[in-house]
Amino acid sequence: MADLAPYRALLSSRIRSQLAYRRSFALDVAGSAGVGLLEFLAVYVIFTNVTELGGLDFAAAALVFAFANLGFSLADIVVGHVDALPTYLRSGTLDAFLLRPLSVLGQLVTSDVQLRRLGRCAVGVAILAVALPQAGIDWDWQAVLLVVAIPLVGAAIFAAVFVAAAAAQFWLVDGAEFTNAFVYGGSNAASYPTSVFTTPLRAVVTLVLPAAFTAYLPTLLLIGEPGPAWTPAWLGWFAPLAAVLAWAVALTGWKAGLRHYTGTGS
Amino acid sequence: MHPWSTYTVFAALGFRRYSAYRLATAAGAFTNTVFGLLRAPITMAVIGAAGGELAGYGALEGATYAWLTQAVLTPVNVWTWDELAQRIRSGDIAVDLARPVDLQGAYLAADLGRAAFQVLPRGLPPLLVGALVTGLAMPTTALPYVLGLLALTLGVCVSFALRWLVNLAAFWLVELRGVLTLHMVAVGALSGLTVPVHWFPDWLARIAAASPFPSMIQAPVDVLTGRVEGVEALGVIGVQAAWCLGLLLVGRAVLARGVRRLVVQGG
Repeated sequence: MADLAPYRALLSSRIRSQLAYRRSFALDVAGSAGVGLLEFLAVYVIFTNVTELGGLDFAAAALVFAFANLGFSLADIVVGHVDALPTYLRSGTLDAFLLRPLSVLGQLVTSDVQLRRLGRCAVGVAILAVALPQAGIDWDWQAVLLVVAIPLVGAAIFAAVFVAAAAAQFWLVDGAEFTNAFVYGGSNAASYPTSVFTTPLRAVVTLVLPAAFTAYLPTLLLIGEPGPAWTPAWLGWFAPLAAVLAWAVALTGWKAGLRHYTGTGS
Repeated sequence: MHPWSTYTVFAALGFRRYSAYRLATAAGAFTNTVFGLLRAPITMAVIGAAGGELAGYGALEGATYAWLTQAVLTPVNVWTWDELAQRIRSGDIAVDLARPVDLQGAYLAADLGRAAFQVLPRGLPPLLVGALVTGLAMPTTALPYVLGLLALTLGVCVSFALRWLVNLAAFWLVELRGVLTLHMVAVGALSGLTVPVHWFPDWLARIAAASPFPSMIQAPVDVLTGRVEGVEALGVIGVQAAWCLGLLLVGRAVLARGVRRLVVQGG
C-alpha cells in the first residue's frame, strides 16, 4: 500500500482554500445545484406531455436521471478537473508533477477536488428521495444493495471516462472539445432511458461508452422491468465489470499518454 | 476613420480570431453533431410517445428542431464568456475605456464577427448529419431563410447583451463563477435549447415568455424552419429586437455605474 500522506496534505489544502471565501463558495454550490435542477427540468417538461418514455413512467425515468446525475457528479467532484490537463500541458505545470516521487494521476486528481459540485449531487439525492417511493419497488435486500451500489458504480464508470478523455488530451492539445462529446455526451445519454435510442446508438452507449450501465440497466433491475430486446435488465448485473473494463482502458490510455508526453520545454 | 469602419474592423478581428483555431473548430463541430445524434432520437421518442404529434412537431419536425438547435447554439453562444469580467478584474478595462471607440459597440461587433465565422463550420456538420440520419423538414422558399438570418443575428445580439450584463457584475463581485453558471443554466433551460419552449407547461411557458431567453434560440429556429411565417415571423423578430435594444441600453447604464465605482476605488 502506497503512502497516502502526501495526497492527504495536497487534498486538505485544496479543500481549505475553497472554503475560504464562504459567500462565493455558496454561490458556486447554488450554481452547481442549478445545473442539476434545470437539466431535470427537461425531463419534467417531457413528462408534462407524455405518460411514458422508452417504456418508463415519470418515476422510473426520474430514477434513471437521478442515478446518472449522481454518478456523474460524484465522478466530477473527484476527477472532473483532469480535463484541465491541456492547460497544465501548455503551462508546463505537468513537468513539476513528473519531478515529484508521486503518481502523476494521483497528483492531478488531488490538485483540485471541486467541492462546489456537491450542489449537483444534492439535486440527484433529492430526486431519488422523491422518486424511489413512487417507482413501485419491491423492497428487499437486493433493492437496497442496488440503490447504494448504482451511484458508486456509475461514478466509477464516469471517472474512467474522464481519465480516458484526459489521456486523449496528450495527443489532442487543441482539440479538447472532441472529448467533451464523450464525457458530456455520455452523461446526457445516461440520463435518458437507453431504449429511446436507435439500435446502433444503443450498442454504442452500452458497449463502447458504457453509459447505459450507469443508470438505465440497473434501474430496470431495481423496478423489476425485463427491459427491451438487446438491452435486457440482467445486463445491469454486469455494471461492475463494465466499470473494471472502463478503468483498464482508461489507465492503459493514461500510461501511453504519459509516455507520449515529451514536455513543452518551458 | 468613419466610426462604422472601426466596427467593421472589430468584426473582422472577431472573425479572424476564431478562424485561427481549426482543430478546436472541428472538435466543437464534432461535439455539436454527437449531441444532435443523442437529442434527435430523444425528441422523436417523446413525439412518438405523445401519439406522433406534439405542439405542431411531427417526428421529422422534432428531429429538425434538435439538429437546428445544435447548429445555431455556437454562433449564438450559450456558454460561459468572461473576457470582459477578466478585464474588469485586472483593471485593463480602464485602458479599453480610454480608447476613442464605444466599448459596448466594439465588443458587440467582435461578437458578431465571431458568430459570422462560426455559422458555417459549426452549423453545417450537424445539419448534414441530420439530413442523412433522420432527414430535415426545411422550407423550400427563400423568405424563411432571409428572415431566419435576421432572427439569428438578433439572437446573437440578445445573447451578447445578456453576457455583457452578467460580466459587468465583476464590478461588484469578486468571484463570478456561480453567476456565470446560473446564467448558462437559465439559457439552457428557457431558451428552447433542450426542449422546445412550445412544450412547456403553462406556468413555465409564462416565465419563458417574460424572459429574453427564447429570443436567443427558439425564435431563430422557429423562423428558420418556417414554423412562424409572414407577419407572425415579423412579430417574433420584433420581440427579439425589443429585447436586444432594451438589454443593450441597460448594459450601457450598468457599465456607466460600474465605471463610477472604479473611479471611486481608484482601480
